[in-house]
Amino acid sequence: MVEAPPKEPRELKGADGVEVELVSRMFETKRGRVEALAGMSLRADAHEVVAVVGPSGCGKTTLLEMICGLQAPDSGAVRAAPAALMPQRDLLLPWLTAIDNAGLALRARGVGRGEARKIAEPWLARFGLERFERTRPAELSGGMRQRVSFLRTLLAGKPVLALDEPFAALDAITRQEMQGWLGHVLESEPRTVVLVTHDVEEAVMLGDRVVVMSPRPGRAVCEIEVTLPRPRKRTDAQVVDLRERALAALGVQE
Amino acid sequence: MLLLAALIGIWELYVDLHGSSFSLVLPAPHQVAASLYTDRGLLWSNFLVTAKEVLLGMLLATIAGFVLAVAIHFSPTIRRAVYPLLVASQAVPVVILAPVLVLWLGFGLLPKLVVIALVSFFSIVVTTTAGLAAVDPDLLKLMRTFDASRMRTFWHVELPAALPGVFTGAKIAAAVSVIGAVFAEWNGSNSGLGYVILQSLPQLLAARGVAAVVILSLFAIGLFSLLTLAERLILPWAYPSREKHTW
Repeated sequence: MVEAPPKEPRELKGADGVEVELVSRMFETKRGRVEALAGMSLRADAHEVVAVVGPSGCGKTTLLEMICGLQAPDSGAVRAAPAALMPQRDLLLPWLTAIDNAGLALRARGVGRGEARKIAEPWLARFGLERFERTRPAELSGGMRQRVSFLRTLLAGKPVLALDEPFAALDAITRQEMQGWLGHVLESEPRTVVLVTHDVEEAVMLGDRVVVMSPRPGRAVCEIEVTLPRPRKRTDAQVVDLRERALAALGVQE
Repeated sequence: MLLLAALIGIWELYVDLHGSSFSLVLPAPHQVAASLYTDRGLLWSNFLVTAKEVLLGMLLATIAGFVLAVAIHFSPTIRRAVYPLLVASQAVPVVILAPVLVLWLGFGLLPKLVVIALVSFFSIVVTTTAGLAAVDPDLLKLMRTFDASRMRTFWHVELPAALPGVFTGAKIAAAVSVIGAVFAEWNGSNSGLGYVILQSLPQLLAARGVAAVVILSLFAIGLFSLLTLAERLILPWAYPSREKHTW
């Protein structure tokens, strides 16, 4: 089934889920047409964490932008509850303190500065940033910046979070810490999450389901159900097994 | 400093070796220094006139430059229509324009402000427009997923990002604004350091004229430093501290 998308591709069906159906997207570049996505499908039910893994340039970012309503597909359909984006780079505003960066989404909706701070303050404390409220991003560590960036996305108040390789820029140790932290936060603050990553282990650690994408043009080649209880351990035999299955689906030989 | 001292030394020697009549053409540094002292009352009162013109002219230039940059940023049509005119405005020789403005606007402060603003605003338009355009497109996408209106995106993201550009433009303008003031005072005026220079040369008071130039140069340096200081105070985030934080 292929239907031409209406101008507003974010018609809401039922609960806070995401449904991407046989979506294709082409880009015109100077070197000709590039097919980013071809027949990509994906579903995330309410409060489900779906991890999307794929090689570089397989159209993962395009997929997230469609879910967020920033792009329309050439063909196919995207149905998603309102989604807020957490970009790959933290994109914190250098002139705002941590607390004002966290409240940016509120300010964008017209909430006053004092009110936005009042809402953000307890969250910063919960995220282990209570002593850094008045600190500007340049003085924060990479992990702290990602936490502020995530909080900013969370405070947008959208049922769907679209996370674009949120921890790719961090060093290995901080990344593992942040993965554990995010899993923990999502347990107490359940949201529908589409998490794009190129880190298979991250996908298995955090996802309820892992969708493996093909190289460009991207489409789903394999879907792995992760039923393991949380918190998961990366050394757990089942985690290792699932990771190997995802790697095999990506075509990685060991 | 050493370079400056050496240059002054060479200048002094050069004039001294040419005999006393040459100093009517090019006064020696010690004569300029003497004039700075003996004419201090005259120079000071005229400096105040010029300083007021330059500061008000710069203010006018900053406001006009900023408004134009925002208009250009928001409308490609305005960009296409206005940018060539702005470039053309910089090609008009101020020497020609200044007397015309005197005829048009009279002998008061206004024609001086217009001349100073005219030579100063262009760099502010260019750097501010560049600052507005340099905002990360991903940041604008992010604001869209936060349902921010165009105005709120401008207010929270684009405007702060462009402020360093405004300062850069104003710093470039600081130097040329002083030249603008001198040209402005060469027409229909009876005070200001430009007027002092104009009067000194035919009266064979070259040292006084050079003294006025020295004051103008120091003023331009002062203005530049003041803007740099203001930028550091108002936009501390644009100057991340040098020391590395290790966590």
